[in-house]
Amino acid sequence: MSNFWTGWVFVLTLTCLGLIVWLLFATRRRQRPNLTEQTMGHSFDGIEEYDNPLPQWWFYLFVATIVFGAAYLVLFPGILPGKFNGILGLVAKDQYPDGWSSTMQYKNEVKRIDDQYGPVFDQYTKTPIPELAQNETAVTIGKRVFANNCAICHGSAAQGRFGFPNLSDNDWLYGHEAKTIKTTLLEGRRGQMPAWGQFMSNQEVTNVSLYVRSLSGVKTKATEDQLTKGKEDYIGKCSACHGVEGKGSYLNANISNDIGAPNLTDNIWLYGGAQHQVEYTIRNGRNGAMPAWKDVLGENRVHLVATYIYSLAQKAKQAENATKTAQAK
Amino acid sequence: MSTATNHTEYNYKVVRQFAIMTVIWGIVGMAVGVFIAAELVFPDLSAGIPWLSFGRLRPLHTNAVIFAFGGCALFATSYYVVQRTCQAPLISNALAAFTFWGWQLVIVAAAITLPLGITTSKEYAELEWPIDILITVVWVCYAIVFFGTIMKRRTKHIYVANWFYGAFIITIALLHIINNMEIPVTLWKSYSAYAGAQDAMIQWWYGHNAVGFFLTAGFLGMMYYFVPKQAGRPVYSYRLSIVHFWALIAIYIWAGPHHLHYTALPDWAQTLGMVMSLILLAPSWGGMINGMMTLSGAWHKLQTDPILRFLVVSLSFYGMSTFEGPMMSIKTVNALSHYTDWTIGHVHSGALGWVAMISIGAVYHLIPRLFGKEKMYSTDLINVHFWLATIGTVLYIASMWVNGIMQGLMWRAVHKDGTLMYSFVESVAASEFGYIVRTIGGLFFLTGMFFMAYNTWRTVSESDPEQVRAAAQMA
Repeated sequence: MSNFWTGWVFVLTLTCLGLIVWLLFATRRRQRPNLTEQTMGHSFDGIEEYDNPLPQWWFYLFVATIVFGAAYLVLFPGILPGKFNGILGLVAKDQYPDGWSSTMQYKNEVKRIDDQYGPVFDQYTKTPIPELAQNETAVTIGKRVFANNCAICHGSAAQGRFGFPNLSDNDWLYGHEAKTIKTTLLEGRRGQMPAWGQFMSNQEVTNVSLYVRSLSGVKTKATEDQLTKGKEDYIGKCSACHGVEGKGSYLNANISNDIGAPNLTDNIWLYGGAQHQVEYTIRNGRNGAMPAWKDVLGENRVHLVATYIYSLAQKAKQAENATKTAQAK
Repeated sequence: MSTATNHTEYNYKVVRQFAIMTVIWGIVGMAVGVFIAAELVFPDLSAGIPWLSFGRLRPLHTNAVIFAFGGCALFATSYYVVQRTCQAPLISNALAAFTFWGWQLVIVAAAITLPLGITTSKEYAELEWPIDILITVVWVCYAIVFFGTIMKRRTKHIYVANWFYGAFIITIALLHIINNMEIPVTLWKSYSAYAGAQDAMIQWWYGHNAVGFFLTAGFLGMMYYFVPKQAGRPVYSYRLSIVHFWALIAIYIWAGPHHLHYTALPDWAQTLGMVMSLILLAPSWGGMINGMMTLSGAWHKLQTDPILRFLVVSLSFYGMSTFEGPMMSIKTVNALSHYTDWTIGHVHSGALGWVAMISIGAVYHLIPRLFGKEKMYSTDLINVHFWLATIGTVLYIASMWVNGIMQGLMWRAVHKDGTLMYSFVESVAASEFGYIVRTIGGLFFLTGMFFMAYNTWRTVSESDPEQVRAAAQMA
């Protein structure tokens, strides 16, 4: 801050407070000592005003707030922006070597919490995720961190919603191995479906949508001809990411897992599975963005959230296997 | 509409118009408030209709109660008070009429654009630039009429009520113009001329002084006329009014940064905002003391006069919320209260308890006098209104205190492993009971307004043109 603006704040603040103090004391000096029935001698629409003194307690209340304010301005940065950060820094030199600041207050608090809870988390981080997933306390901590940071998009039970993947089912965009989940959390993900509207006619978009939906077993009124044409376009334009069979990048060994192209055969739709929704996705593309949490939560907490997600994945897998066994019987 | 000023007659026409619209806009604004309160209990109430969604109706509610209801009450009472305490009619009936129709146009434009989602996104300054310009023009005309009338006064001094009205008119002009500096891109879209933390600071300098000058100084002007008038007693202390007036207007203007504690706003500005907010306690209470003590020797009148009850209870709520405000501006307290329903409760102890109650009292005082009647059609109905309003206010603010403090405590509660004990949505679920009580409180208050409308309608319809004309004659 330039000297001019520092001076501006200084002069304006002191002038304002100085004038108020002067007004308060000047008015008090000239007042009557006691309550009176004497009016000021003017009348407005029949309203008169008594010449009563300022209430004593009110006067002292006013003075007390001004004294408190002055003391506060001496302790904290305020009166001389950028030049004087208050004498609190001199008193609590270890915590505020450059004078008090909210940034320093925050840093001190984070340090205190890290010192206190860091060892608790370090102990968990040393344990591999599959092993840690057996530790109920660790999973519960991960769940709580999830509830306060991830639930806003993925839902309080990790059930997901339009545009945000369900993490409690057995459908995975990038994979559910412990290492993959942790990478997703630490580094974030970008799911990019290109927009095909400029390169495909409306009829082509409709045909591909019908074909893609038929892969998931959705019953449509599509003709054989539409499905054939749709398949041709699909192979030409979509199979590079979604695979020839449409099982997505994760289940296809020939495609990099990092693409995150969804499985189109399981009737799970991130952006809706109705004909108009699939057409919209093909025509306009989609941009999924999972933020990177490394710098926000720190690796220790990410490790615990990953453990929680991993435990969900295990549960989903068990549930699916149980269903399969039941069906086989 | 004659532009020539009649020197034997006050301009009561514009006062009558604004007084009636105070009642009507009060009902509209509060009904929207009850509806959005109910939306927080029944989230599907908007039925997916965009212009019924909370985000669009909330600014409509705040604009309607502050600028339509509160604004009309301020126009009505200031035009009445300035004429009677200066013993002079308004300097221009045409300009006064323009301020009435212009202000109604602003309100209607707000009621159309806000539900359509047209907004600058600045709180309490959501209206887009064409409406901002209209507000400015109307406000300048208001200032000309008000100060022109003061200059033509036939009394030697200027009565204290007019100091407060004057400070309110000047400062609101300044705040409105500076905060609404914006660059239009289309007819209904503009961008603020300021950026980042500076934009936030300008916005809350405006935002808090909309409270300080619109909702406090203006209504203190109202208080200084209607309390001594209704009580039939002299004002307690002229000296106190001098000190608290100058201290109030000099210090309020600094208090805005307390809305931005623990944000990107530089520390020094946060410190000054907090310090000035604390020093504001005594100047604020000066008005309460002067109003309350004016009643000494007339306390027995409270037993029979529900209008005086409205005025006195409004002063109690004023004292309470102006104590609560400085406390909440202390950073440590603010760390708990900020972003919770406590803030909503605090605002409504001022808005319902102070602003609405004193306006209602003033309008009950005005209506019979403007229409040449001795008193309102029914004193009993005023009493019913008083109790509905008081109970409604208490239910509202108590439920929001409980909710707010609970939310603040839930958000900061941590397990022994350092993780937060509750997720946000759990604090929302825990707030449901408070939201139900709040909606009921709002319904009480709104029901009272319907009693007022009926009472006003009966009083006005019993009046004849002869009485109306006689009422405006200068003594």
